[in-house]
Amino acid sequence: MSVAGSPAVTTRAGRPLLGGRRLSLDWLGTIPFLAYVAVFLFLPSAIIAIGAFLNVDTGSFTLDNFRNLSRSYIVTSTINTTVWSALTAVVGASLGALLSYAIVTGNPRGILRRMVVSASGVLAQFGGVTLAFAFIASIGPGGLVYIFAQAHGFDYYVNGIWLFELQGLAVVYLYFQIPLMVLVFLPALDGVRPQWREATESLGGTTWHYWRHVAGPLLFPAFLGCTLLLFANAFSAYATANALINQGNPMLSQQIGGALSSETGVADPGFAKAIAVEMIVIVTLVTVLYSLLQRRTARWL
Amino acid sequence: MGSLSRRLGLLVVAFVLVAACGSSTGNNSASCSESTAKTATSASSCGGMDALVAAAKAEGKLNVIALPRNWANYGAILDAFQAKYGIKITSDNPDGSSQDEVNAVKNLGTTSRAPDVLDIGMAVALANTSLFAPYQVSTWNDIPANQKEPTGLWFQDYGGFMSIGYDSSKVPGGSIASIDDLKGPGFRGKVALNGDPTKANAALNGVMMANLAEGGTLDDISKGVDFFHQLKVAGNFDKTQATDATVKAGTTPVVFDWDYLSAAHGADVPTWKVFVPNNVALGGYYAQSINKSAPHPAAARLWEEYLYSNEGQNLWLKGLARPVRQAAMTTAGTVDAAAAAKLPAISGSPQFMSAAQATAANTYLSSHWLQAIS
Repeated sequence: MSVAGSPAVTTRAGRPLLGGRRLSLDWLGTIPFLAYVAVFLFLPSAIIAIGAFLNVDTGSFTLDNFRNLSRSYIVTSTINTTVWSALTAVVGASLGALLSYAIVTGNPRGILRRMVVSASGVLAQFGGVTLAFAFIASIGPGGLVYIFAQAHGFDYYVNGIWLFELQGLAVVYLYFQIPLMVLVFLPALDGVRPQWREATESLGGTTWHYWRHVAGPLLFPAFLGCTLLLFANAFSAYATANALINQGNPMLSQQIGGALSSETGVADPGFAKAIAVEMIVIVTLVTVLYSLLQRRTARWL
Repeated sequence: MGSLSRRLGLLVVAFVLVAACGSSTGNNSASCSESTAKTATSASSCGGMDALVAAAKAEGKLNVIALPRNWANYGAILDAFQAKYGIKITSDNPDGSSQDEVNAVKNLGTTSRAPDVLDIGMAVALANTSLFAPYQVSTWNDIPANQKEPTGLWFQDYGGFMSIGYDSSKVPGGSIASIDDLKGPGFRGKVALNGDPTKANAALNGVMMANLAEGGTLDDISKGVDFFHQLKVAGNFDKTQATDATVKAGTTPVVFDWDYLSAAHGADVPTWKVFVPNNVALGGYYAQSINKSAPHPAAARLWEEYLYSNEGQNLWLKGLARPVRQAAMTTAGTVDAAAAAKLPAISGSPQFMSAAQATAANTYLSSHWLQAIS
């Protein structure tokens, strides 16, 4: 995207003004964006990062908050959060991509497409306590669906109530991950022209060739980017997880909540900030990995 | 009684007048100035009740935090205070925890949005006394000595006993006779706590109560954790937090919670019952504190005076919480006998977790709870 835009900008801005050094005012346009990012992203991040190195009571420098990250329950939460977020991201992205493809192959102005896109727009924003409660009240152990199924000889909790485990959380997350994937991946699919397929076929290529050498490489960066978005979406979710699995803080975001607002005497805001920094580091790592991967895949083009 | 206290009040007003004249010529009225109110350690040091009321009315506002309307009758108390004094109450973050209250005090500092008064668990109260202003309500002597900080940095307000509340229409046999019943097959996915015990005081006490019922002691919570592990293995433990909504919807038909909170579910679920295991009277009290940098110092102090008046104490009692002055009021005959008669019966001598015991329980829970229930 940036590559496409830059030549025009350079030619215009490169022209010398007043005979001397160029005096470009182009950057002025970015001020609102930069200010926004500074206030809502960099400032809070800086406050967290600095606070993570301070002792809450004395205000002096300490590494204890980071040392405490090695506590067994934080390690468990870190693994849980990363693995299950990745899982819901990959499954959500795959199913969402398939759904998007099904829509794209249909009538572009058809009722199906319009319905699926509108529904996705709504469902992708459906989260938090409301969503968790919707699941508990319908398929939970006291829910309508479960009682009906049980009465008809189908007890889907026979091996334990998985809804209140991480498996259940994954199911609930997919409920908003798949629609979100449809929303973000559809534009990429729309960019794929039917002529490319025709060109492949006229050159003697098969469907496999088309996907392997044309559509696949073109869509893969977009697919990866969307998967990353889904990962971050699940990774940072708090309210849904907390409403569904209130016990034991299996997710990192819940550990932050616990360290911030525990009223039983274990509250430790400095530690909460260290966990937040850990989350930032993980997301940063994943983003770097993503950009490396994307650079590789972009080379195929 | 009335005329005596008024005369006493007048005397105090006169005294303050003299003192005020002596110290500064600008402030020579009988009212309680903001700077006086900020450091007043009792109504009399603010010029008496009437001066305090006048000063509070002049401030016109009061910020409270983490007071759910359905918790110990707080809804009625907030309304009654507003109606009586015409002071507008801003009630922030009603479902917040005690720690959230203290965080708000720290984060909002001296701004006008900072909470004026706090209602907090003992662990949080003891750890944050440097944030509070000492104050002694006029009924100070009715509060037992072990339930208040001598200068008034915190003073307990109301409490109750840990109990098991349940919807009798949804449990086998329609009643629970022992805590071990909960391990049975009829309780699949039905037993819940009011929060996570590493975060919420009510849940911590819930696990402790199970611990005592299973033969554990206040010093060692491991039997309670083991009890919930068995519930988990049996598939009986519901990991959602029990709230009014889940109880009303019937998704958490068995809940470990304070008896006064549990009893309130009866309004939504007529078949709701409250059960306290024999000889396991695990009590817990909350405490009041005034924010040292309260934006409305006079209103904050008036709020405390109201809470500890007969009227305020009886309102808590109507919410099935046991107000701290209950014993004294029973002796004086000022207690609402009808409300007192509705309190769940308790057998055995009451036990309370000390700060050290709570810390020990926390330490154990931090490293064992997640494992025990997953």
